[in-house]
Amino acid sequence: MTAVLEVQDLHMGFPVAHGTARAVDGVSLSLARGRVLGLVGESGCGKSMTALCLLRLVPSPGRITGGRILFQGRDLLTLPEREMRAVRGAGVAMIFQEPMTALNPVLTVGSQIAEAIAVHRPVSRREAWDRAVALLDEVGIPEPAARATDYPHQLSGGMRQRVMIAMAISCEPQVLVADEPTTALDVTIQADILALLRDLRERHGMAVLLITHDLGVVAEQADDVAIMYAGRIVEQAPVAEIFARPRHPYTQALLRSMPRLGHHVDRLAQIPGHVPDLAKLPAGCAFRERCPIAVDACGAAPPPLEEKAPGHRAACIRA
Amino acid sequence: MTAPLVEVRGIEKRFPLGGGWLRRAQASVRAVDGVSLAIAPGETLGLVGESGCGKSTLGRLMLRLLEPTGGDVLFEGRSLLGLPPAELRAMRRRMQIVFQDPYGSLNPRMRVGAIVREGLDIHRVGTPAERRARARELLELVGLPPDAADRHPHEFSGGQRQRIGIARALAVEPRFVVADEAVSALDVSVQAQILNLLQDLRRRLGLTTLFISHDLRVVEHVSDRVAIMYLGRVVEVGSRDAIYAGARHPYTRALLASVPATAPGEKKERMALPGDVPSPVNPPPGCAFHPRCPFAEERCRRETPALAAGAGGHAVACHVFPAPGAIGV
Repeated sequence: MTAVLEVQDLHMGFPVAHGTARAVDGVSLSLARGRVLGLVGESGCGKSMTALCLLRLVPSPGRITGGRILFQGRDLLTLPEREMRAVRGAGVAMIFQEPMTALNPVLTVGSQIAEAIAVHRPVSRREAWDRAVALLDEVGIPEPAARATDYPHQLSGGMRQRVMIAMAISCEPQVLVADEPTTALDVTIQADILALLRDLRERHGMAVLLITHDLGVVAEQADDVAIMYAGRIVEQAPVAEIFARPRHPYTQALLRSMPRLGHHVDRLAQIPGHVPDLAKLPAGCAFRERCPIAVDACGAAPPPLEEKAPGHRAACIRA
Repeated sequence: MTAPLVEVRGIEKRFPLGGGWLRRAQASVRAVDGVSLAIAPGETLGLVGESGCGKSTLGRLMLRLLEPTGGDVLFEGRSLLGLPPAELRAMRRRMQIVFQDPYGSLNPRMRVGAIVREGLDIHRVGTPAERRARARELLELVGLPPDAADRHPHEFSGGQRQRIGIARALAVEPRFVVADEAVSALDVSVQAQILNLLQDLRRRLGLTTLFISHDLRVVEHVSDRVAIMYLGRVVEVGSRDAIYAGARHPYTRALLASVPATAPGEKKERMALPGDVPSPVNPPPGCAFHPRCPFAEERCRRETPALAAGAGGHAVACHVFPAPGAIGV
């Protein structure tokens, strides 16, 4: 299993009144061809910021402050902006949660996809348009030639997300980053879009980073899982392993707090307290104050992400 | 069965489209199209459907926050429609709503104590000092710190704001609460906190709840009975077990099949539905679900199926898969 893209010790933060909010605090990840890595966590844990770092699209005033992102033998963080632009779309592409805000409302969907192709490939306008129509067909849009002339507002939410996916795969990227791609969609549409993503990944052999807060989506879609909490990865393992033998107390609590179809319980497990302020992280383990098994030693230093079983790493001195 | 606390009979809501001042509306959206449902005292009815199916409109009709264009709403056996304004206002104390968006539903300029107290102030319950004390009590009941009353909504996280919304709804001691996507905007661990809180409050206060959600996992967790809506109509209703273990309507089955797995490698039957939800402005004739239904027959294109009850109160609106024990469909 060779890594297509490797993130090493990535740091990014936002300046705030009393210091820096460390949104991504030493994240390391590796994405392999044809595999899906599910990046899971609750709002504000840094999962979307990690994704934006991969494309160097961190919103101002946020700044990447350290680490390396290795792709095709180069560190994306040191590339000149002009070269980085060639990587976006053709090397690493992204799908966002809300297709209506990511698509241009005054251009037809066909011309938006054609433009994305023309930016990266030496093709004529006619060829780019034909390819756009073929892509709309590939992502399961009925009557693709007619739909290509539609504007985004003329399509339903599910169809718009398919257009986003068509645009993302238009230049055959090796890495696809999908940030909550189905969160804004209805359940029946959500299942269709996830099935489409899986199908495309198998057909094109892309490496996928799937960002989600839904452990059910991860169970169905991911090969490997990384759990994030307060800017750090606290556990990482193959998907079956995470669900069968979660080691970090945060992962365990997350799994128990999720209502599951057909597993009726009287009360859901809840995690006491709330997520710490990223600008005022406690010394040591950031989960310490909410953790049922914390001991004094947990406050000494942030626990390293260590291998606890073959292929299973957790950042907990008690796991 | 005991007398229902809340009941709607053939309730209907049309919203005019395209009209304006001095101009006749061209068409109307049938957001809720002839729904009859009853909720027993102390019961939680889960109301499920996708966006635009009319579930939120139905919730508001049950509280008469919207005027129905047809049908009737009964609360404790009395119609809410003919009530004089003063009596309606008195009735309002007994029914409350918790909204989805904990950011948009709290006035940012008011202190939390005043937000929670507002219902009591309007209904002039007790003295001002008593009302202030009651607001603090309520904040404590929903698990917020005692000093919360003097702070503003922006100082709280999403989960805490949802607790404020719940405290506000409970202030006037309602018997009936509509929770409209009350946990949908929250993270899983916070969602678990709020679901547990709602469950505790239901038991302690004997609340009757209409729990509106698009999330079938959450609905299974909280509901005694479940109703499924599609394009303004209830297509299936029954006890939680009847719906989750013995769903009949093809739409209900498709919804259940699209819920993500609970564990990796779990094999599930996928039931893809072709096409999108049709426009409620111009719904298909016959059964509104027939263009997407894999089992549709000739009859489904012509006749609208009635919601017919079978054994144990399980009712289904489907020609092909009627409720077990239903007759004369």
